[in-house]
Amino acid sequence: MNLKLKDIVPQLITVMAVVLIFGFFTYNAQINMENRGIDFGYGFLSQESSFDVQFSLIEYDGSHSYFRAYLVGLLNTILVSVIGIIIATILGVIVGVARLSPNYLINKFAAFYVEFFRNIPLLLQIFFWYFAALRALPLPQDAEAIFGVFFLTIKGLYVPAFIWQNFSIFFYSIVAAVIAIIVIRIHAKKVQENQGKQIPVFFISLGLIFILPLLSFLIGGVRLSFEVPVLKQLATTSFIYEGGVSLPPELIALTLSLSLYTATFIAECVRAGIQGVGKGQKEAAASIGLTPNQVLKLVIMPQALRIIIPPTTNQYLNLTKNSSLAAAIAYPDLVLVFAGTALMQTGKAIEIVSITMFTYLTLSISISILMNWYNKRIAIQEK
Amino acid sequence: MFKYLKQLTSLVAMVAVLFTFTTESMAAKKSKTLKNTQKKGFVRCGVSQGLPGFSNADAAGNWTGVDVDVCRAVAAAVLGDANKVKFTPLSAKERFTALTSGEIDILSRNTTWTLSRDADIGLTFVGVNFYDGQGFMVRKSSGITSTGQFKDGISACTNIGTTTELNMRDFFNSKGIKYEPVAFEKADEVVAAYDAGRCDTYTTDKSGLAAQRTKMKNPDEHIVLPETISKEPLGPVVRQGDSVWEDIVRWSLNTMIEAEEYGITSANADMMKTSDNPAIKRLVGAEGELGAAFGLDNDWSLRIIKQVGNYGESYKRNIADTGILPDRGPNQLWTKGGILYVPPAR
Repeated sequence: MNLKLKDIVPQLITVMAVVLIFGFFTYNAQINMENRGIDFGYGFLSQESSFDVQFSLIEYDGSHSYFRAYLVGLLNTILVSVIGIIIATILGVIVGVARLSPNYLINKFAAFYVEFFRNIPLLLQIFFWYFAALRALPLPQDAEAIFGVFFLTIKGLYVPAFIWQNFSIFFYSIVAAVIAIIVIRIHAKKVQENQGKQIPVFFISLGLIFILPLLSFLIGGVRLSFEVPVLKQLATTSFIYEGGVSLPPELIALTLSLSLYTATFIAECVRAGIQGVGKGQKEAAASIGLTPNQVLKLVIMPQALRIIIPPTTNQYLNLTKNSSLAAAIAYPDLVLVFAGTALMQTGKAIEIVSITMFTYLTLSISISILMNWYNKRIAIQEK
Repeated sequence: MFKYLKQLTSLVAMVAVLFTFTTESMAAKKSKTLKNTQKKGFVRCGVSQGLPGFSNADAAGNWTGVDVDVCRAVAAAVLGDANKVKFTPLSAKERFTALTSGEIDILSRNTTWTLSRDADIGLTFVGVNFYDGQGFMVRKSSGITSTGQFKDGISACTNIGTTTELNMRDFFNSKGIKYEPVAFEKADEVVAAYDAGRCDTYTTDKSGLAAQRTKMKNPDEHIVLPETISKEPLGPVVRQGDSVWEDIVRWSLNTMIEAEEYGITSANADMMKTSDNPAIKRLVGAEGELGAAFGLDNDWSLRIIKQVGNYGESYKRNIADTGILPDRGPNQLWTKGGILYVPPAR
């Protein structure tokens, strides 16, 4: 009885203290807001926003609601985070492996890259890439076409738009290919376990993912044409490209700086992971007759990943949160659109900041859960 | 013994409280902001992050501009010294929060007076110190001389969190022009991006355009188009709920404008005490008891005029002589064809 009380009381006091502190701040905020004549409420979310946004993944203009503006910002944040994470991961793995290369030049170059980019504040890098790019890129009328269809200009990267006919058939062909590959993999594993025979899964998969969509073109009636951007004159010295898809320079600069910055940290995680696997593992694997490819795939990587994944999760979270620096260079992310313009137009500081905080929290926790799940899957399965 | 001690201390406390109540004027008692300002010894003033002519800091950290002068006038009236101001540079996004949260006591930062701002978010606008309107800047080489030549696909650089963003949408929508808004958090980045060629046009209040033009790499390459697409009455703002403080700021500004109307300048203010005109005598504190209403002495307005100058002096010093907007336009006195008209100080 006595022991139980001793266990419970400190915890109870802690919980009560936390509740009291939060209660005090909430109460204070309420009193202050009342004194200053500020109303509290989320009703503004359904009001017309009446401001436009430069770049949006969903249909949006000022006649939509503040909630829609929130979604625009959120999707833009997710877009830049996802692209950033993909590029940073690929680059990070390459640089991480390159740092272990016996080739002096590759090794030192990778080391220089890591030390240079991880030691300069990210905001400066964002400004550098944005304003350096703005200064270096040509005006639309001076831009040279890349492969005849891409145009990289100060106003953005213009790429041809895809115009599909019967897109759904093409889409289903890809889904079918993916399902077929999964089935074959499961089958191949069974065959190997039962008969010790190896099926070249990789080449079969590669073939499937090409051949099925190709068939959809040949017999499925799928047609694809391109809309190439065309130069249009607005005024004597003012031009723009019309048609096609335009990626604003803000998005490009932000993705580039976020990826280059985060890749340095991921590269170090990868290096740590590979170096963390004992040399004996590789030699033992080779001695039982595995090919170098199999050594990497079956022995080294599964062990290295266990070391790599947890710190890399941190980097993914950092990248997502760092994307909020977008506001500095006019990329319309959640912070700029919602915690910026919308906050100013409505004056609902507490509501909007709390929604924004909660959104970032949700985003980060989602990434955490996903990565923890993956981490668990590759962790040692004790039997 | 202890019982008596307790009674004694409460008695002393009560006397002390009574004493402070009687020495302080009614107005000062009512105005928490005035009391705090006098206790601190400086006026806390929110300004822009650098807009030549309105609020701009030089290399030594001295702030100048017509917006700055409003705060200086309040400091001269309340504290007797126009230099007793602590300036806080704020972005468009931060400004209202800084005021409502009590970080500053006056927001004098080229802020447009609108219904929603005045009514909604715990702010009170006290007057107008600059009548402005939104305009567009373009490169001379573009050949554009009027907004009528704007075409679909035009990109426009601007600041977030301002009325500019809303006016821009109204303007382009009413003309049926598709445009690309590129909105930055800070003015310096807007200017840099426009100057680099990211946008075809830069839009903000015309005074702002004129001021920012001086910051460009080559100011002569840019022109401000003649059209004005909105009304932008800019003025100082205070927190809602302190009417005495609100009155002090309002009448400090009005004093500067009325002083110009009566020809009272920083140079001749002392001599005006012997003027025949009672209106002038009231303004320089030689007649009437105007200061008492705010809990200030009677020389409060004289100090404003002597230390800061009248509105015309402030305009000339900050905006005309710096080449930003030599022509006063609507910001001329009503007696000289402008729309500056303030209620009488009496």
